[in-house]
This record gives sequence, C-alpha cells and structure tokens, in this order.
Amino acid sequence: MVDVSFAPALGWTVLLAPLGAALLILLVAIHRRAIAGSLAIAGLVIAFLCTLQLFLQAQTGMLPLPFESSITWISLPGFTIPFGILLDQFSLLMALLVTGVGSLIFIYSTAYMSEDHAFSRYFGMLSLFAFSMLTIVLANNWIQLFMGWELVGFSSYMLIGHWYAKPAAADAGKKAFMVNRVADFGFMLGILALWAVSSPIPSQRTFHFLTLQERIPSFASAGLIPMALMPIIGLLIFCGPIGKSAQFPLHVWLPDAMEGPTPVSALIHAATMVAAGVYLLCRTFWLFEGLPSVMTIIMWVGGATAFLAACLALVENDLKRILAYSTLSQLGYMVMALGLGGQVAGMYHLTTHAFFKALLFLGAGSVIHGTHEQDIRKLGGLWRSMPWTSVTFLIGSLALCGVWPLSGFFSKDEILALAHEHHAGLYWLATLTAGMTAFYTARAWFVAFTGKAHGHHGHESPPVMLIPLFILAALSIGGGFLHIPTFLGHDGVFHLGVALASSGIVLAGLFLAWLIYQKKAVSSQQLVHALAFPYSFLQRRYYVDELYNWYVASVQQKVIAGCCAWAEQHIIIGTMVNGTAWLTRSTGQLLRRLQTGKVQTYVLVFLIGILWLLSTSVFH
Amino acid sequence: MITLTHYLVVSALLFCIGLIGIMTRRNILMILLCIEIMFNAANLAFIAYARAWSNLDGQIVAFFIITVAAAEVTVGLAIAILLARQLKTLNADEVSLLKW
Amino acid sequence: MTEAVFFYLFATLMLSAAVLVVRHRQPMYSVLSLLVVMFCLACLFIMLNAYFVAALQILLYAGAVLVLFLFVIMLLNLAPEALARMRLFTLRTAGTLAAASLCVLLFRIIETPGGEPPLSLVRAPNGSVESIGAELFSRYLLPFELTSFLILAAIIGAVTLAKQEKR
Repeated sequence: MVDVSFAPALGWTVLLAPLGAALLILLVAIHRRAIAGSLAIAGLVIAFLCTLQLFLQAQTGMLPLPFESSITWISLPGFTIPFGILLDQFSLLMALLVTGVGSLIFIYSTAYMSEDHAFSRYFGMLSLFAFSMLTIVLANNWIQLFMGWELVGFSSYMLIGHWYAKPAAADAGKKAFMVNRVADFGFMLGILALWAVSSPIPSQRTFHFLTLQERIPSFASAGLIPMALMPIIGLLIFCGPIGKSAQFPLHVWLPDAMEGPTPVSALIHAATMVAAGVYLLCRTFWLFEGLPSVMTIIMWVGGATAFLAACLALVENDLKRILAYSTLSQLGYMVMALGLGGQVAGMYHLTTHAFFKALLFLGAGSVIHGTHEQDIRKLGGLWRSMPWTSVTFLIGSLALCGVWPLSGFFSKDEILALAHEHHAGLYWLATLTAGMTAFYTARAWFVAFTGKAHGHHGHESPPVMLIPLFILAALSIGGGFLHIPTFLGHDGVFHLGVALASSGIVLAGLFLAWLIYQKKAVSSQQLVHALAFPYSFLQRRYYVDELYNWYVASVQQKVIAGCCAWAEQHIIIGTMVNGTAWLTRSTGQLLRRLQTGKVQTYVLVFLIGILWLLSTSVFH
Repeated sequence: MITLTHYLVVSALLFCIGLIGIMTRRNILMILLCIEIMFNAANLAFIAYARAWSNLDGQIVAFFIITVAAAEVTVGLAIAILLARQLKTLNADEVSLLKW
Repeated sequence: MTEAVFFYLFATLMLSAAVLVVRHRQPMYSVLSLLVVMFCLACLFIMLNAYFVAALQILLYAGAVLVLFLFVIMLLNLAPEALARMRLFTLRTAGTLAAASLCVLLFRIIETPGGEPPLSLVRAPNGSVESIGAELFSRYLLPFELTSFLILAAIIGAVTLAKQEKR
C-alpha cells in the first residue's frame, strides 16, 4: 500500500526526470553517444513508471483527483506565479501517452539514428521536448503552460532542423517556429485577457487553472465580465491550438516538418505535440462550454481541416507526407469533436491516434531505414523483404481507417456519433473524410508494400526497432477495449447507425483503392488525366503557401518591414544616434568660437558675467 | 538740487563709455587709455560717496587708485612697447596668441 | 544754484570729451581729449571738497600718466586707426550692447526710492592736505607703505621689460 504522500514526489519526478536527462546529456554526454541514449531513455522510462504508479493509485481510489502540488515560483507584490503539477484524468492519460509512447520511440531511435553524427544532441533535444510536453500536460497555471508551449515549439524547431546543413530542413524548422509564433501571439493575448478578467481587484488576479475554472463562469453569468469579451477571449485562446495542432489556415508547417528524422515525426508531429492543442481545448473546456459561437467556429475549423487535409493526402507520393496529411486530418477530427462538446471523445481519439499514428510513422521509418527511399512510387513489394514492418503497418493503417474491432473504429465513431447528433452537414463531411482516409491509406499500403519491387530491395529492421512496432500494434488493436472513455468521464458511446455507415464508407474506400492500385482495373494515370485540374490544385496545396509567401514578401516586408526599416534608418539612426552626434559636434563648433584668443572677447564674456550677477542681485 | 545720485549717474556713464571704448577700439594703447577713463569714473564715485557720507575714506581710496593707476600704466606701456617690437603690430585683432 | 550750473557744465564737458576719446581715430586726439576729461574731473573733485585729490589728479594723472602716454604714442609713431567695422553680429556690437545694458543696470542700482538729500545740505568733509595726511599716516599707514612697494615693483618691471636685448 503506497501512502498517498508519495504522490507529490512521484508527480515531480515525472516532470523533472526528462529535464535531468536533458541537462546531463548537454553537460556530460555530448560526445558520448552510448551514455546519451541511455540517459534519455532512462529519464523517460522513470517518468513513465512514476506516471503508471500514479495512474494505478488513481484507479484504486487512493489518489483523489484532481490532485495538485505546487510551489510559488515568482512572487511579486500583488502578483504570484506558481509552478506545479495538476493531476486529473486528462493529464494522467496524456502523461501516460507522452511517457509511454515516448519511451518506445526513444528506444526505436537508438537504432534508427545509430549512424547519425549528432546522436547526443538529438537525444538531448528529445529529452528537453519530453520535459516541455510534460510541463504543458501537468501545468496547473497558464504561465507554466505557455512556457511549456513555447519550449515544445523550440524543441520541435531544433528537432525538425536536426540536419540543419540541409537547407530544406533548416527552412522547415524556421517555418514551424514562425507559424507557431503567429498563433502564439493570439494565444498570449487570450491568456492575458483571461488573467485580466479573473478579478476586478488587481492583486487577486490569477493564472491558476482551478481557480479560474471556478471564477470565470460565475463571473460571466453574474455579469462582471462584459458579454462581448468572452467570445473574443475564447477565440484568442483557440489561436494556440490553431497553430500548435496545425488547423487550417496555419497547417502549412506540418507537412514541411517531415524533413526531420522519422522518430521525431512520430513523437512530436503525430502523437504528442500536435495533440497539445487538443489537450488545451480539453483543459479549458469550461471556458468554451458557455460560448456557443466559438464552439461553432471550432467545430467548423476542425471539420474543414479534416476534409481539406484528406484531399491533399490523395495526391501525395511521399510516404511521410501522406502520413502528415492524415495526421492533419485526424487532428481536425479531434478539434471538431471538442467543438461539438465532446471532451471525452476528443481525448479518446487523441489516445488511439497516438497509438496507430506513432506505429505508422515508426513503420515508415523502418521502411526508410531499410530502403533509403520515401517515394511510394519507387517502392513496392516490401511485404516480401520486410514482413514484420508490413504487418504492423497494415495494422496501423486499418486502425487509422477505423475498421472494427481496432481502436480507431471506436474513437472515430464516437466523434461521428457526436456530429450526427449535433450537425448533419458536419456529419456527412466527416463521414466522407473517413472514406477518403481509407482510400489514401490503402493506396499507400498497396503501392508501397504490394506488387513487385521497383528496384529498392529493403531489408528488415533490427529488433530494437521492431519491438516498439509490435507494442504499438498491440495497443492499436486492443486500445478500444481499455475502457479509456470510462476513465475519462463517461462510458463509450455506440450508435449502430453511425457505426454501419462509417464501416460502409470505409470499406468502399478500401475497395476503390484495391481496384485502382492492386488490381489495376482502372488506371491511376487515366484518373489523374481526367481530373487534371483538381489534381494540380491539390498538388499545389490550395496555393496557401504561395498566398503566405506573397503576403510576407509584398505586404509585410514591403509595407510593414519597410516602414520599420525607414523608421529605424531615419528616426533612430538618423535622428537619435547621428543627431546626437551632430548636436554634440555643432555645440562644440559653436563653443569653439568663444576661444578667439582676443582679449576683447574675454572682456565681453567677463562683462556678461558681471551683468548676470548684478541682475540677479538687483531683480530678486 | 544736486544730489549724490547726480554724481553717481555721471560716474556710471563715464564708466560705460570707457567700457565701450575697450570693446570697440583696435589699438592696444587706446584700450589702455579707455581703461584710464574707467579708473576715473571709479574715482568720481568714491569722492562723491565721501562727500555724501562726510567721510575722508573715499578720498583716501581715490588717492590710492591714482597711485596704482600710475604704476599700472607704466608697466602696461612697457608691455605695449615690447609687443610692438615683437609682433610689429598693435592691432588687437591680430594679437590672438591666447588662442594657443 | 551756481553749484548746479557748474556741475552740469563740467559733467557735460567731461562726458563729451570721453566720447571723443573713444571715437577719435587719431591717437593723439584721443589722448588730448582724455586730458580734458581729467581737468573736468578735477573741477568736479573740487566741487566735492576733495582738494588734495583734485591736485593729485592734475599732477599725477594728467601730468604724469598722460604725458607717458603721449611719449609712447609719439615714440611708436602710430598711424590713424581704421575704424572698426560694426557689423551686426560682431564682437564689438555685442560689447557695445553689453556696456549699454550695464549702464542701465547701474542706473537701476543707483536710484534710491525717495531720493537723496541735496549735497549742499550735507556736512562737507575736510578734504585738505592736513586732514588727508592725518588719515593717511594714522589709519591707512599700512596701505600707504605698501604702495611704495607697488611703485618699486612697477619701476623694476618697466625697466626690465623695456630693456634692449644685449647683443
């Protein structure tokens, strides 16, 4: 029987073990690869075990939730910022995901990155990422969450640009960071606004989640907060998830982020970081509950992202890019779920998505490791040379499509049921997207893994890489039976009509893909020809990148940056810096005239002094 | 009738005329001459106050001023002669060695 | 009454001569105008009961100092001085203006509210040689002795300065 008083120690260990690993790696093990890998894995595994222990304590009722442990970090007169951990069902689940799936990916990375030059830096950044992600998950106040938010952005930048010598990778890192920065601006405004309305008395304003959760709804209903302000705050806070979870229109960074190593894509851009936005919406659900207009916006943004991303995945040929767009699509589902009011549904899908998407990405990594090729058109027949990878990839794909009885089916159907309940149009859109998901996933599998090899004979990956795949595959299969929704709040929802409809359209998508790509009954080339215009439009990704580039180049740089440059050149440099110098020089020149060397000048100065003295004595 | 103020006004005017002379004349010797005017103005003021306060102190001071002025003119003219010999000019505008 | 007439006469004469000192271009005329100033001043001194000082003024100032000036001017054979050009922003204009403001300021300092009593009503001091002598050798003995040092210094200075360089 573990005494509950261990819970704080366990909680803090979860948070600090990865940080300790990161610091140790940076300080000690930069050149010692073996130690770096072991430290990172040890840090995260310790965190996982502690989280597991806390989870079990919570399950047996020994640990009443929500549980909090915090210290005062910054204390100014009238203003304090705590730093602490908040454990409730959502944070425990997320922490389990981050540490568990993270540990598997860390172990996988030791083999995948074994020939990399910057092995230690990679693991140091991964550990830092784990710490930052856990900061977000376990935070008990906004400032801590925002800190973690920015830190994950930074770790993501470092990891995407891990091979910084490659221009595409460096650019992708920068793009991710900048797009997130844009979103975080709105996010920060939202946080500050929330702080400002948290109390009419300035010294009582707070960033603390639980306090805000009690106060804000009662303030809002009591009329202490202007009615027009709450939706604005909600929208501003939603800006954060738009950036971090890559919703439309700030989705542009996620496909480019595939330049990073594949385990990074698995961990950060599939399972955890991008899910942070969804987690945030969950955390602040109390804020959005009373704002139907903002909920509508959220659900439509999610739905649009899901559909548009699925369209983009149809025309991709790079294996990782297909998976990236499918991540975007599934994130759209999660955000949509939260917009529809399904806290539990969104988190459930987040969990199952973490399992099968990590699996898919690690499988893709295995393919890349074995064949050094990412374009699916250049692959083929991998099921012969890499059987285990193919099987696990298939399991992951089926889970992604939402085929019964894999985990994806249950979580996706909860969301579809929710949509069906609330909004018919959104329901049909989501169902159509499910069909498209099935189509492009099956396409990827058929083209890359079946048929005859196009020359790249791969070899199977080492066991260190395969075992995480097996574990994740098992989770993908059995995830639906783990009673996750029950843990989160309410029992799983099962709606027969929705289930049948979704299964039907998924099977239709799978069949269509089989027809085109396996049986070759309809030539894909002819299809591409027939649908040339939509095809090219999708290939150019709706020209969103072009739009942003045009905006930055023409509007921002020419106008705004131009004005700032002009202001800097003329006002700051010209007037203030050069002007001060000019002023000093001119004054000097002027004063030099006094030194004529002529006696009469000095007499004049003398006289003026006497005049001044006399006048002050006479006229006072 | 004539009061102390009258004499003081005259003294002030004389002083300022001397001052203007110092500022405007170019020749060093003439500047020395205008200094003498200022001395005399001061003398007048002292004597007038001595009269007004029924005192001899002002007259004693005037006595000393005259003496000092004589000594000063002696040395000043000696310097002026030296200057004329060295720089070949007595133009105040050109005697600007103080600049360095 | 007569006092007033004489005062205004001498004062006006003195001030006009002073202006001439300042304005004449020829150095000789300046010196001679200064001589007139000295004489008028001596007359004013006599009106103010300062007989000894008036005599000293004529003897020493007019008689010795101005003669010295005359000698030096004649020795140096000065040319008539070109009038200084008084442009708007020169030193000289500034100087003139400053002097004029000093004059105004001094007037302000001099004037007393209520005015002074006329000097004819004030008891006059005894400005004769005896009384000055008595004062000089009793109360002002030290400055008197020190003046002799001053004159000695002046003599030494003048001789040293004006000596020709020995070849």
